[in-house]
Order: sequence, then structure tokens, then C-alpha cells
Amino acid sequence: MDRLTRLMALARNTWRGLTSMRTALVLLFLLALAALPGALLPQYALNPERVRTYRTEHPTLAPVLDKLGFFEVFASPWFAAIYLLLFVSLVGCVVPRSAEYARQLRRAPVATPRNLARLPHHARSQSPNISVEEVITAARRRLRGWRIAEGDEPHGTRTLSAERGYLREAGNLVFHLALLGLLVCFAIGKLVGYEGQVIVLANGSQFCNSGPLAYDSFRPGLSVDGTRLGPFCLRVERFTSTYLSTGQPQEFRAAISYQGPDDLAAGAWHPQQLAVNDPLRLGGTRVYLLGNGYAPQFTVTFPDGQQRTGLVQWRPVEIATLLSEGTTKFDPPGVTDDAVRRTRQIAITGLFAPTAAFQGSLLSSGFPDLRDPAVAIDVLQGDLGNNSGRGQSIFSIDQSMVDSGRLKQVARQNLRPGEQLTLPDRTVVRFDGVTRFVSLQVSYDPAQLWVLGFAVLVLAGLALSLTVKRRRFWVRVSPAGPDGTVVELGGLARTEAAGYGEEFDRIAADLLPPGSSQPLVPAAASRKGDVM
Amino acid sequence: MPVNPVLASFGDLAYSTALVLYLLAMVLHAVEYAAARAGAVPSQVVVAPGEGSVATLAPVATLAPPAPRRGKPERVGRSAVALTVLAALVHTSSLALRGAAIGRVPWANMYEFASAICLVAVTAWLVVLYRQRGAEPVLRRLGVFVLLPVVVLLFLGGTVLYAQAAPLIPALNSYWITIHVSAAATASGILLVSGVASVLYLVRERAGDRVADRLPSSATLDRLAYRTAVFALPIWTFAVMTGAIWAEAAWGRYWGWDPKETCSLVAWVVYAGYLHARATAGWRGSRAAWINVAGFGVMLFNLFFVNIVIAGFHSYAGI
Ligand code: HEM
Repeated sequence: MDRLTRLMALARNTWRGLTSMRTALVLLFLLALAALPGALLPQYALNPERVRTYRTEHPTLAPVLDKLGFFEVFASPWFAAIYLLLFVSLVGCVVPRSAEYARQLRRAPVATPRNLARLPHHARSQSPNISVEEVITAARRRLRGWRIAEGDEPHGTRTLSAERGYLREAGNLVFHLALLGLLVCFAIGKLVGYEGQVIVLANGSQFCNSGPLAYDSFRPGLSVDGTRLGPFCLRVERFTSTYLSTGQPQEFRAAISYQGPDDLAAGAWHPQQLAVNDPLRLGGTRVYLLGNGYAPQFTVTFPDGQQRTGLVQWRPVEIATLLSEGTTKFDPPGVTDDAVRRTRQIAITGLFAPTAAFQGSLLSSGFPDLRDPAVAIDVLQGDLGNNSGRGQSIFSIDQSMVDSGRLKQVARQNLRPGEQLTLPDRTVVRFDGVTRFVSLQVSYDPAQLWVLGFAVLVLAGLALSLTVKRRRFWVRVSPAGPDGTVVELGGLARTEAAGYGEEFDRIAADLLPPGSSQPLVPAAASRKGDVM
Repeated sequence: MPVNPVLASFGDLAYSTALVLYLLAMVLHAVEYAAARAGAVPSQVVVAPGEGSVATLAPVATLAPPAPRRGKPERVGRSAVALTVLAALVHTSSLALRGAAIGRVPWANMYEFASAICLVAVTAWLVVLYRQRGAEPVLRRLGVFVLLPVVVLLFLGGTVLYAQAAPLIPALNSYWITIHVSAAATASGILLVSGVASVLYLVRERAGDRVADRLPSSATLDRLAYRTAVFALPIWTFAVMTGAIWAEAAWGRYWGWDPKETCSLVAWVVYAGYLHARATAGWRGSRAAWINVAGFGVMLFNLFFVNIVIAGFHSYAGI
């Protein structure tokens, strides 16, 4: 029994501690602190490439950071722990406060304090030619819109207390509750949404949202298995870009045709322009134009006369000039023996420049638009290693195959469109020309409108709670004294720093009888030194 | 829309002129500050005893405010303010000229953005002065401290960050740039004034020496910091929100923990912490002021470090 009481006490104290302002404050700072490495360190979710670079640059530190989750801060358990605690604290704080607020709404304003002179705002005057009743009536009229309670004190003294600005608390509660709602919807979106990136050649190539395999990279929410993606297909017909003479891009635009869920059966295609900042919205699924680049096309004529054409995107390495690098790979046609095939595979690897600028024979790019395209390529022959079981980048060759001598460089040359080179075994490699590609992103997040709704509530609640002032005003009128009726006013605001002085002064000026004796404390006094 | 180079170069000229005028105003303020004697100001204020967050300011001299003496510091201070107003007008015209030269809002790269922030900060400062005509002499001495970061920022903007007038790149070419970036610049500029007030508050609290007691009372500084922060926080909230809306249209998601997004959220959380601190016993005063300063530190970090050093979606905002 004693044990149970102690346990209960412990639980109660923990709860109190967790829901106190101080804890909320500390948790807020922990959250801010914990989010910082997410901005400072490279993150897997944003750019795995840069994490790898970081890891090679910091071989001792990086594995430790990785283990602690510093490269995926926003998915790490400690980050989750902080915001979950903050959540609990928030709920524990806001729920009782809402109840208290509901009670307050039904209660009368606080009775008039005995000594109004001690309040931050205070004014007083005496007048022989006004009655107690008149002052109270005037106050009642002046304080319309305020919540008012009146009282009587001995010797005919009357009091009036008024309070206003209850919306402040309401705004504050709306703010905190909406914050909760926002975060819940954010989480739901992460659970049921997905994001996929895909590269499509801008030559009428087609993409269909048939499943994760249709994408180059796909990030599903936890409850997405990829079997029920919103169905649609699109074709990228053309891609156009315009540049200033400085090379600064001015406009990117892809002309596409698409079939929405309802058109798939009918086979109807709708033309549409896709531009940066202007996605295609199909129900809840959105398609974005995120990037673009070039895919050089090569035709290889094998010694036996057979031809193969390769058209693969190369990756821009200089965003400003679209100098690109990549590899186009070929299998020898008609070879069934795997061992033979693996001595005759071909890789064309190197650089592509949309506007060639040579320094000696070194290729660089002078402009991002297609003015004078050229490639600088190495041709390698041998075993590409693409059935070694290891995944291979489409942009590069497997260097270990070169190192082990199974893939040999057989030519190196710069080519313009239409130019060709001949390998020692009489294989001919021709650079045909270039096609543009676009990189598209498909996003699905059914909760995002809810997030927006809550965000608007957050803002509205915040604005209310920061602009509305919760303030009190008291009046005490005594018929005492030979000089006549004594009027005393007092004022107090919950958030004094927000400035209540001016309003108090205006009300006081209206209430203190005109032509009465000089107020002992000039009404304006309480404002002096008030900043703003 | 082609760039009009003549307008653009007039814009740059106005920018330099404004910078020089601010510098002069700052020097005048410094002279005023050095010449002012502590406590020689009629509207000196004190803190009423026994109040926490409801620190109230009660007047010392209430009955008979001394007739205004137009001493030398007073005259110098007034000219400094007049010069600041002039500088702000020239500054405004520099942004307007650049906007006209490129046919878009003039805050799409760091040079323009820093300039806009400074203009907001100066405007906020002048509004504070205007609304506080009564307490002006003592408040006015803050001028040197408000103009200092403005001059530094404008100088860096005009040298290190300078960018030729140019049309927008496709990613920025959206009406959201007007809404989102205006809000961000407005909030940042006001928070700069708030941050300065909190720094001075801390100086005043720590070093109650000869230098510091020419500053306004710590209660006045605290109040200035609080009121400006309270005004700016909803604007900053709006800026982050519209940023998210824009990100949804431009990058395919409204929130992706891009370094800029993360840092903006961190700044927001720190400012929320500042307001919380002011409602928490034992955290008002110096601790709250530190938090406000930290908040502005995060804002600066977000502007410079994240744009220049960390590669993210925002790095194209360019320097
Ligand atoms: C996600 C975490 C939170 C954030 C971002 C946050 C943010 C804010 C902001 C911006 C304000 C200023 C608005 C105002 O003054 O009305 C505020 C006020 C307030 N918050 Fe929070 N809050 C959080 C959690 C909490 C928690 C856990 C508690 C309870 C322990 C709490 C209690 C309060 C109270 C009592 C106020 C009013 C302060 C005043 O009257 O000045 N908040 N909050």
C-alpha cells in the first residue's frame, strides 16, 4: 500500500515535471539542437553521394556518427524521442489549460483589489459635482465589450471590475492544438505517401506509374507496398530550354502528353506543358519537372556488320555548363557463349559537352545549350563485369575490371556528331547525335492539404495570442471627503510588456470627471517610459 | 524581360550613397552617445520593484517634466535621425531602381536580400523612434548600435555578395518569391532590431559601468526586444509556411529537411523558446535575452553559412 502510494506519487511528479513550462522549454531547445546536425552534416535522405564523400574524408569520425544516426537525423530514435516527449508535454499542458480556460469563461472578473495605487496603472481624482452612481454608469458604458462585475463596499463605496482579451488564451490554445494536428498529419503523409524519381528521354519516350520498378529511385511510405499507385502514363515529347547569353537558365519546359486514371482505358492523351514551379496534378498525384540533361547516342558496327545503337543519359557534372559524364555499354550481338561475350563487351565512357570548348584535346563545355556538341571518349573492350552480381552505376564502368586487366582501353578520341572511330578489331563506333532527357519526380501525399489547414490555424492562433492583450480594469468610487466623490482607477495586464498603458490612459481620461480637481497622478504618467 | 543597365547602375549608385549616409548617421549617433551624460535624460525610467515578467516602468519625474534642453548631444542626435531617414529613402530608391531594372522584386539573391533586410531593420527602428517620441532622447542613443550591423551587412552586401542585376532563374520564377521572400526579409529585419536590443540588455546587465549606463534602462531594452520579437514571429511563421507552399510547387514536397528549411525551423523553435522563457519563472531577464540573441544567431547562420557553405536547394540563391 505504502509502495503503491509512493509509486503513484512518483508517477504524479513525473507527469507534473514533464508538463511544466520549464520542461517544455528545455525540450524545445533540445529539439532545436538535435535538428542542427541535420542541416550541418550530409544526410542519406537528401544526398547519399555526399554522405559517401564525407565518409571517405573522415574515416574515423564518420562510422561513429553513422552509428549514432547523425546522417539520418530525422529518422533517428533520439530525434523521435525528443519530439514525442515534447508532444506528451504539449498534450499534458494544453488539455488542462483548455479546461481551465472553459471555467474562466464562466467566472466573473476578479474583485477590485484593496489598494489600486499599487497596480502598474493607476489614476485618481476627486470631484464635488459628480455622484457615485454617475461614475459607475459612465464606467459601465465606457467598458462595453468588457466582462464586468460590480460590487459594494462599506460606506457607500462602489466598485466595478472589468476584464477583456480572453481571445488571447483561445488563440494560444488553438496554436498549440493546431501544432499537434499539423505534426500528426505530417506523420500520416509520411506513412501513406511516396516519392519517385525517373529519367525520361525527351523523344516521345513513355513512363507509366505502374509500380516502384518503373522508377530509378523510389521512396515509399511505411504503409506503401507499391501495388496501388495512382495509375497514369505520360510521354515526354519535347524539352526546350532558353538561356541568357551569360549561360544563366531562363526557362525549362517539357511538352508532354498524359493519360489520367480515367483515360487509360479509352487511350486518350492530353497535351500539357510541364515547367519548373508548375507541376502536373492528377488527383492526389503530382508530377514535377526537376532537372534535365543530355543523352548522347552512339552506334557500334561490329566486325560482322551487325549494328547496335545505344542511347543512355549522361549525368551533368557541371550544372552551369551541363558538361556531362557517363557510360554507354554494349553487348556483342549474336554471341551465345557467355565466356566469349565477356571478352567482347564494349563501354564508351567519357565527357559530353553541349558547347565544346577544347583546351588542347581536353574537352570542357562553354555553354549549357546545344550549340556545338562533342564527346571526349574512351572506348573499352572486354568484360564489363555486369554479371558479377554487384550492382553497377549506369554512369560509370567498374574500375576493378580495368584494374584486373579484364577490361582494356582500346581507343581515346574526341568526336563531333556524325564522326566515328575504328577499333583495332575493326569495330566502328559512331557518335550519332544527342537527345535531351528530363528528370521527373512523382509525389503523392494525401495529407498535405490537412497540414496546410493546420498550419493556417497555427498562424491564426499565434497572431491572436500575440496581439490580443488580456487586461483588467478596476474602478472604485467613494462618496467620501469634503472635496466630493473620489474616483480611483487601476489597471493590470497579464502581459505587461505588450503595452496596456495607452489604452488605460484613454479610458481613464474618459472616466475621470472633466473639470474635476487636478488628478493626483496624471493619467498620462503611467505611460512615460513605456517603450513603444 | 531584359535588364535595363542604366536603371541598374543608378540603383547601385543609390545603394552606395545610402551606405555612406548610414555611416555618417552612425558616426553622429556615436558622437551623441559619447557626449551624453548618463542619467541626464528626463525620461529616465526605473523598474517597479517586486515584479517579474510584468516589470512595469514607473516614471521618476512625473509631475513636471523639465523643459527640453537643446544641448549639443540633442542636436547631434536629431541630425543623426534625420540623416537616417534620408539614407532610408535613398536606400528604398536603390531597391526600387533595381526592381525596375529587372522587372521583378529586388530580393532574389543574397545581395538584394541583405539589402532588403537592412531596409526593414532601419524602417522598424525609425517606427520605434516615432512611436516613442516621449522617450526619444534616451532611446535614440541606441541608433549607433542599430546602424552598426546595418552598415556592416550593407558593406558585405556591396562587396562580397554583390551580384549583377539579372532576371530570375526558372526555379525562382514564381509569384511565391514576392510573398515568401518579402515575409522572410521583413521578419529578419525586425528580428535584427530585437537582437540588438537583447545584446544591449545583456551588456547593460553585465557591465553596469560608465559605458553601459548611458543606455536606456534594462527594462526598456527588454521591452523593445520583446515587442519587436512578438511582432516578427508571426511574420516569420508566415515566411516558413509560404516557403513550404512554394517548395511543394517547385521541388515536389512541402518539407524535405533541406538545410535551409531545417535552419528556419530551428530559428522558429528558438524564438518560440524565447516567448516561452518569458512566461517561465526563473527564465525571464538575462536567460530570455540570451535565447533571443541565439535566435538571431541562427537567422544569420541561416543566411550566410547555409547559403554559402552548405549545398542545398537554396544555394542557387547565389552570391
Ligand atoms: C511543440 C512545442 C511548442 C511550441 C513550438 C510552442 C510555441 C509557443 C509559442 C510560439 C508561444 C507564444 C504564443 C503566446 O505567447 O501565446 C507559446 C506560448 C505558450 N506555450 Fe507553447 N509551445 C510548445 C509547447 C508547449 C508546451 C509543452 C507547453 C506546456 C508546458 C506550452 C505552454 C505555453 C504557454 C503557457 C504559453 C503562453 C505563454 C504566455 O502567456 O506568454 N507550450 N508557445
